[in-house]
Amino acid sequence: MAERTVAVASKVGLHARPAMLFTQAVAASGAKVTIARPGKPGVDASSILFVMGMGVKFGEEVVLVSEDEAALDGLVELLATDLDAEQ
Amino acid sequence: MSQARVISGVGVGRGAVVGPVARAHPVPVVSAAAPAPSDPEEAATRLTEVFSQVAASLQARADAASGTLKDVLSATALMASDPALGSQAVERVRGGTDPALAVWQVAGEFIEMFTAVGGYMAERATDLASVRDRVVAALMGLPEPGVPALERPSVVVAEDLSPADTAVLDLDNVLGIVIEKGGPTSHTAIIAGQLGLPCVVRAGEASALVDGDVVAVDAAHGTVTVDPDDAVVAAVVARREALAALGEDTGDGATADGHGVQLLANIGTAADAERLTDAAVQGVGLFRTEVLFLDAQTAPAQDEQAANYGRALAALGGRKVVIRTLDAGADKPLAFVTQPGEENPALGVRGYRLVRTAPELLTTQLAAIAQAQASTGGRPWVMAPMIATVGEAADFAAAAREAGLDTVGVMIEVPAIALRARDVLAVVDFVSIGTNDLAQYTMATDRLRGELVDLLDMWQPAILDLVAGTAEVGAEVGKPVGVCGESAADPIMALVLTGMGVTSLSMSPASIPAVRFALRQHTMETCQAMAQAARSAPSAAEARAAALAHVEPHVRDVLALD
Repeated sequence: MAERTVAVASKVGLHARPAMLFTQAVAASGAKVTIARPGKPGVDASSILFVMGMGVKFGEEVVLVSEDEAALDGLVELLATDLDAEQ
Repeated sequence: MSQARVISGVGVGRGAVVGPVARAHPVPVVSAAAPAPSDPEEAATRLTEVFSQVAASLQARADAASGTLKDVLSATALMASDPALGSQAVERVRGGTDPALAVWQVAGEFIEMFTAVGGYMAERATDLASVRDRVVAALMGLPEPGVPALERPSVVVAEDLSPADTAVLDLDNVLGIVIEKGGPTSHTAIIAGQLGLPCVVRAGEASALVDGDVVAVDAAHGTVTVDPDDAVVAAVVARREALAALGEDTGDGATADGHGVQLLANIGTAADAERLTDAAVQGVGLFRTEVLFLDAQTAPAQDEQAANYGRALAALGGRKVVIRTLDAGADKPLAFVTQPGEENPALGVRGYRLVRTAPELLTTQLAAIAQAQASTGGRPWVMAPMIATVGEAADFAAAAREAGLDTVGVMIEVPAIALRARDVLAVVDFVSIGTNDLAQYTMATDRLRGELVDLLDMWQPAILDLVAGTAEVGAEVGKPVGVCGESAADPIMALVLTGMGVTSLSMSPASIPAVRFALRQHTMETCQAMAQAARSAPSAAEARAAALAHVEPHVRDVLALD
């Protein structure tokens, strides 16, 4: 199991559009990925309900865990981008 | 059905429209005692299918939408295909839970989680609830809940509409709204009023209407006619054209023969005034300043008040603005002035009488109005409420003039002062009749007692006499006599008041177009005949009927007066 810690760069936090883009990317990767606050149990990262329900704010760190390292790297990069700024 | 059927309810507004019914369907109810599925595996497969169908239909709607709506619908579609929601619900079904109940429970847990996070997430809980309702309805074989996508201009018929439902209404295709439940002050009614949509609420029998039924909605009469005949359709068309024409007339208020009657707005806040900047009103006839005081624990400071009054004066440009000094007490208690334990507050220390216990309130307020006058260059009129003696009127006038305000008046609400209108008009520049309180005090009837509403009827002969007497004196001495209060908004009463010699009518801005139209269609002579007829009648009902008999037939049709 690989693990990555990343601070959420989207100004609105990890909900709305950023949560949508993130969970879609997880689903598209085909990998099983969990997301958690540091030290907390992980939840299915492809579930927009779980991800939005975490209420992660801008600048907060989250921990991604998966066996698929390549997928993890892509997702870390995504979270390190301000996804709301793109539109 | 072959014969026209008429469904009765309570109308909101004066509009009318004919169109096909589009039913909005209620949220399905899931029983907590629903039995376990006979074949859990088959039920689980079916549930997975339903989730996909709902997700696909939401995505299709998202693809067809644009802007914010597109984003909201996309997020909703994603929720419907959410792996956690789906797998948890399927798990429960495999464990022997009814599919609809399983969806209800799992979605409920997420909704709770969202609500706990609060803010933006709490709003998303509404989206999730709509996904839940769609899935549950599909499982139960019920139509999609909420307002359907409207493919043509339609009359939306529903048991009730939530704020969320009305927020997503496709207004280009909504002709009118019919609600089986609700009341005239319900959310839907208020929204319909703001949008100018014909609306009938509390139309219980509308539950029998189905998609495609053609109905004529008449908000003025509170009726919904099913399969209307040519005559009903023609009447609706005529009303629509006439009402559209009303809005186009933005001229000053005047009778058919050019006798001017100012049409003014009643407002409570500076924001209300700012909404009037481009409105077809000749000014503000009543600025109820107590709104500024109501939530305060201490009296607002002079500067704060001045800024507020200044905003209102600036918004109205050079138009007339009548500011009423603080009318606290009775049904409008204030934290810092209300006398505890008054047994009869409507007859107690209220309105102008506060000078006896808290004189600095009036001094500060008059200074603030003068300050707003100086900073904006406006010329506010100022008047005091609850004046009972000529001495009080004279004292108020002196205080206002000393503060630097030139046009000073008093409210006529107490019969004692209406009877002495001549003496009052000798010490002030104008009077304004507050018909609601004048009715309360003349008829010795508490305004707040619903069961006595017939006694508060403005058409009561004694009230008409007091108003007419005041107007006559005003005309004689050449000083303005206005009316502010609900009665000015009634087109028939507005004509009678004009006939009595009232010089301005102040009402809620939405009521002005109908009153302006009624004035345009009648000469001063007719108005005077109406006033005469009303005053000759022995009862309120007969007074109104006598006045109505003089109203032009087409005006009665357009405004649905009967």
